Amino acid sequence: MGDTLAGWLQAIALVGALALCYRPLGDYIARLLTTSKHLRAERALYRVVGVDGDADQRWPVYLRSVLAFSALSVLFLYGLIRLQTHLLLSLGVPEMEAHQAWNTAISFTTNTNWQSYSGESAMGHLVQMAGLAVQNFVSAAVGIAVVAALIRGFTRNRTDRVGNFWVDLTRISLRLLLPIAIVFALVLAANGVVQNFHGFHEVTTLTGGQQAVPGGPVASQEVIKLLGTNGGGFYNANSAHPFENPTGFTNLVEVFLLLVIAFSLPRTFGRMVGDHRQGYAIVAVMGLFWVASAALITFFEHQHGGTALQAAGAAMEGKEQRFGIAGSSLFAASTTLTSTGAVNSFHDSYSPFGGGLTIFNMMLGEIAPGGTGSGLYGMLILAVVAVFVAGLMVGRTPEYLGKKLGGREMKFASLYILTTPALVLIGAGTAIALPGERAGMLNSGPHGFSEVLYAFTSAANNNGSAFAGITVNTAWYDTALGLAMVFGRFLPMVFVLALAGSLARQQPVPASAGTLPTHRPLFVGLLSGVVLIVVGLTYFPALALGPIAEGLH
Amino acid sequence: MSTTLEPVPHRAAAGLLDPKLLLTSLPDAVKKLDPRVMVKNPVMFVVEVGSVVTTVAAIADPSVFAWAITAWLWLTTVFANLAEAVAEGRGKAQADTLRRTKSDATARRLVDWPASSAEEEVAGTALRLGDHVVVEAGQVIPGDGDVVEGIASVDESAITGESAPVIRESGGDRSAVTGGTKVLSDRIVVRIGSEPGKTFIDRMIALVEGAARQKTPNEIALNILLASLTIVFLIAVVTLQPMATYAGAPQPTVVLVALIVALIPTTIGALLSAIGIAGMDRLVQRNVLAMSGRAVEAAGDVNTLLLDKTGTITLGNRQAAEFRPAGGVTVEELADAAQLSSLADETPEGRSIVVLAKTGYGLRARAQGELAHAEWVPFTAQTRMSGVDLPEGDGRQVRKGAAASVANWVTGHGGSVGPEVAQLVDGISAAGGTPLVVADREGERPPRVLGVIHLKDVVKEGMRERFAELRRMGIKTVMITGDNPLTARAIAEEAGVDDFLAEATPEDKMALIKKEQEGGKLVAMTGDGTNDAPALAQADVGVAMNTGTMAAKEAGNMVDLDSNPTKLIEIVEIGKQLLITRGALTTFSIANDVAKYFAIIPAMFAGVYPGLSHLNIMGLHSPTSAITSAIVFNALVIVGLIPLALRGVKYRPSDAGSLLSRNIGVYGLGGLVVPFLGIKLIDLVVQFVPGLS
Repeated sequence: MGDTLAGWLQAIALVGALALCYRPLGDYIARLLTTSKHLRAERALYRVVGVDGDADQRWPVYLRSVLAFSALSVLFLYGLIRLQTHLLLSLGVPEMEAHQAWNTAISFTTNTNWQSYSGESAMGHLVQMAGLAVQNFVSAAVGIAVVAALIRGFTRNRTDRVGNFWVDLTRISLRLLLPIAIVFALVLAANGVVQNFHGFHEVTTLTGGQQAVPGGPVASQEVIKLLGTNGGGFYNANSAHPFENPTGFTNLVEVFLLLVIAFSLPRTFGRMVGDHRQGYAIVAVMGLFWVASAALITFFEHQHGGTALQAAGAAMEGKEQRFGIAGSSLFAASTTLTSTGAVNSFHDSYSPFGGGLTIFNMMLGEIAPGGTGSGLYGMLILAVVAVFVAGLMVGRTPEYLGKKLGGREMKFASLYILTTPALVLIGAGTAIALPGERAGMLNSGPHGFSEVLYAFTSAANNNGSAFAGITVNTAWYDTALGLAMVFGRFLPMVFVLALAGSLARQQPVPASAGTLPTHRPLFVGLLSGVVLIVVGLTYFPALALGPIAEGLH
Repeated sequence: MSTTLEPVPHRAAAGLLDPKLLLTSLPDAVKKLDPRVMVKNPVMFVVEVGSVVTTVAAIADPSVFAWAITAWLWLTTVFANLAEAVAEGRGKAQADTLRRTKSDATARRLVDWPASSAEEEVAGTALRLGDHVVVEAGQVIPGDGDVVEGIASVDESAITGESAPVIRESGGDRSAVTGGTKVLSDRIVVRIGSEPGKTFIDRMIALVEGAARQKTPNEIALNILLASLTIVFLIAVVTLQPMATYAGAPQPTVVLVALIVALIPTTIGALLSAIGIAGMDRLVQRNVLAMSGRAVEAAGDVNTLLLDKTGTITLGNRQAAEFRPAGGVTVEELADAAQLSSLADETPEGRSIVVLAKTGYGLRARAQGELAHAEWVPFTAQTRMSGVDLPEGDGRQVRKGAAASVANWVTGHGGSVGPEVAQLVDGISAAGGTPLVVADREGERPPRVLGVIHLKDVVKEGMRERFAELRRMGIKTVMITGDNPLTARAIAEEAGVDDFLAEATPEDKMALIKKEQEGGKLVAMTGDGTNDAPALAQADVGVAMNTGTMAAKEAGNMVDLDSNPTKLIEIVEIGKQLLITRGALTTFSIANDVAKYFAIIPAMFAGVYPGLSHLNIMGLHSPTSAITSAIVFNALVIVGLIPLALRGVKYRPSDAGSLLSRNIGVYGLGGLVVPFLGIKLIDLVVQFVPGLS
């Protein structure tokens, strides 16, 4: 089977699987976010922690709960990493430096999973399971919880309550992530992903050399790494490693896993606001960007000029033979569009425009379909901006789903769209201005700049993948990227929850013929245009000096 | 008073921009460069700071290019101020006219009125709330208030521009008088209803001058979005310098500032306040005074319009629509009798009967002398009939009037009223009309009923189309009437309103407004009477008629000087047009950036990365000419759009979807394409300027 045909079949299978899951999964999430029934296990948990599961919170309280939970997570993870050499199952890994441990703790709590360390040589099994895997679950749940609060802002009227964070967190973890993770961990394990408690095996390779091959509970962690759009690999090579992603089939399953929740959440949104068409409009915009991006990256990787590449038939440097161009490009587009950051090929080796697109994907703000939860809230914020401008153009105070977008609402939406670009550009601008940090680049010229730009784009957008060439395990990069991750994750959440609070307080305006319709193709086009223009205009100069300069000869 | 409707379809018309105003407003525009003024407009403040920076840079390192950019940046700032100054200038001219009417006439204050009628002369400015003054023919009314005694004709042309005098009398809904207007006849006592300096004219002056102008909610929200875009672009350009330095192409300060100014949304930033002022101004041109910009915006958002039936939906009076003869009577006979009985009837209903007889049955007014001896029986409240007694032959009496009264007259003289007449009467009532029964009596014979005249409310021409239009805009119309539900329903159906409120009391009106508002809807209404005041205050847009009482005018947030309730529809359209103009220019402004990038980025970096010259798709002559052209375009587009900002974008009432696709097409796609052409054209000229080529 040719690479092109394989690519088409994979894409079709993937779209089909996602389409099949859209309704049942979206509806299921909506139900678990709205039902008043608690499971017995949940009730017991609330009693132990001391939470009233039936009491809803005001948005500041909800926010404080998110922040407190995340701060505790960072502290716990930091402590666990620093102390792992004294604990069980450490496999004899060396103690991690403070700045790197801090960076890692932040990275997993913020759903970024930027790894400035090498998984197999820096983390023991205990940290992988009790630290990183736990954060893979809860950080994903936090994202969904925040978008749940935002959707409640649209659906609730004249109230200051946006839901209960502890209840949302518990339900999403126990009822959504855990069951899917268990099923697909078995699927992955059955298809060759390792799952054991072994340490390092010394093996003799075909050429007679010695190699230490580490085992570990990989499948269980691999599944949530993708399902929760985390991306932190058990191994340094991430999903390119044959123990994490052995076959073309597991590759397809992994891409499916990292997309499935984010692509189903618009259904949840449509169901909760009582109009499925609203969900279809949002998922259409997400799908449009995803399809376009995957197609373009595949195209550019096939097109690449250069003698060696033409001899190979395509830009195969940095890609696994078992995935080929199509499997790699599909994975690359999906992982950079979802804030996952897992990689099955090395984006640094992509053609200038292909690699540029992976940067651009992240610059979109992880919204198409984006991280679990964070993708939808990011898209809804951009929808708010689009509705504002378009709403004025139909001659009314703009309103989205019956809620008016006044000064307060626009303040939070504006701050949201301001945050990430500021972090990316200030971070990259500073790094490139400092002679010491410039030295971290592997390449010179525009490609070297792309590495730096990629690093900050990835961190601030909580993606976590890297343009591999750059050396980032220095105190400066660990600190700067750590700050970009923290602010890139939690500042937007502050604005989203504030917006949720201000929407929930409102009395809805009934829709009429004069109301801007937000479910028609026209709106889908408009929202796509706003996304492209807002992102394109912000990052065009930086992109021009990186991938565009490299790609245009 | 103008009640004519514009033909449908139509557009919210607008004042024209006098090009001379651009010149005369220039000094004001320069005065506004004061940073303390500029800082209120974050986008343009950034441009001004940028201008200062480039000026310093140009002095430090002079070149034609640096000075050209500096000059055009300053011009950009001045052009933005010019837009505002022109908008304000038009208001100032109106304010000056108003100020002339504010005389410092002395007032004749009544001491201890009504116990005594002692007078004292005081300055008009010394009058306080609750004072009583007397005003006689030829004198100017010293302050706003209500007539509490007497009746007078008043010349209100100073305010309304209408030269015909109006009647103002104590009690009722025509008691309000406005300071600065002139009593033409008779004598009235006025209770002053406003503090000095807060009179209607004072407020009008402040409004048209824009002195009291505050940013409206939508304007604030838009400003926030624009400010955040400005910050994003500031960051993008400031962080570009280290990236450019790494690339080996550090940029001169002048170029970086030029890039910032080109990217931030200067077009909408420059025109935003002018659009708001012009919106108020468009209302003033239609003789409507909005007490706040917020009210104008709310008008665009209105979901429900409450419209009084009489005067708004129907012409003020009922008119004869048809003659329905009783059994055995021909319609010509009935028409003849009806006309005969109405010849001397000067009421509009009476005249309409004569007109119908003439147009429908060719009956002309009688020959001279034919009715010389006729004795006219006028309508009285007791008889509720009118008619005529003719002496010819045995004498003939013709009567027309309310069904019950005429029936009494017929039976009282020995006649009888057949059941088919009662059927006719009921049928007309059921259809929402008013039946007038016509009967006659020859000599001493018993009278007989000839038939019934169908009087009906006449819906103003074009109203049905207007309401259909409003429905397309998503606005529900509710007709308010004192009529019974049967009549009200018939008229509502004929006029095409969505709903009606029959036998409406002020309390019903209030309850209806509150009910709509509880559902999240915005309600607009007109009113004039004191008992309308609570509802006017409760409504989101309350338009008080200038003929109304002081209380009504105080309660509403707009006053229509023409007292034309139909204007509510135009007010809604102006409100929408205001918002659309803002949205359209914002879209245009942001879409412009794409072309500017294609001009400036290759100009900045094609030197170090020659591949980037592929981005120079406009084929601009040189880096300096490209950047200069982008900045010149950026400045000129502001001036070019001033007329549009003042006039408002074209608005045709239609549903949201079609409005949006049209405006995205014109201002979104237009905003993408126009600057490519504009910058290219400017570059064709600029490349010949020595030092820029």
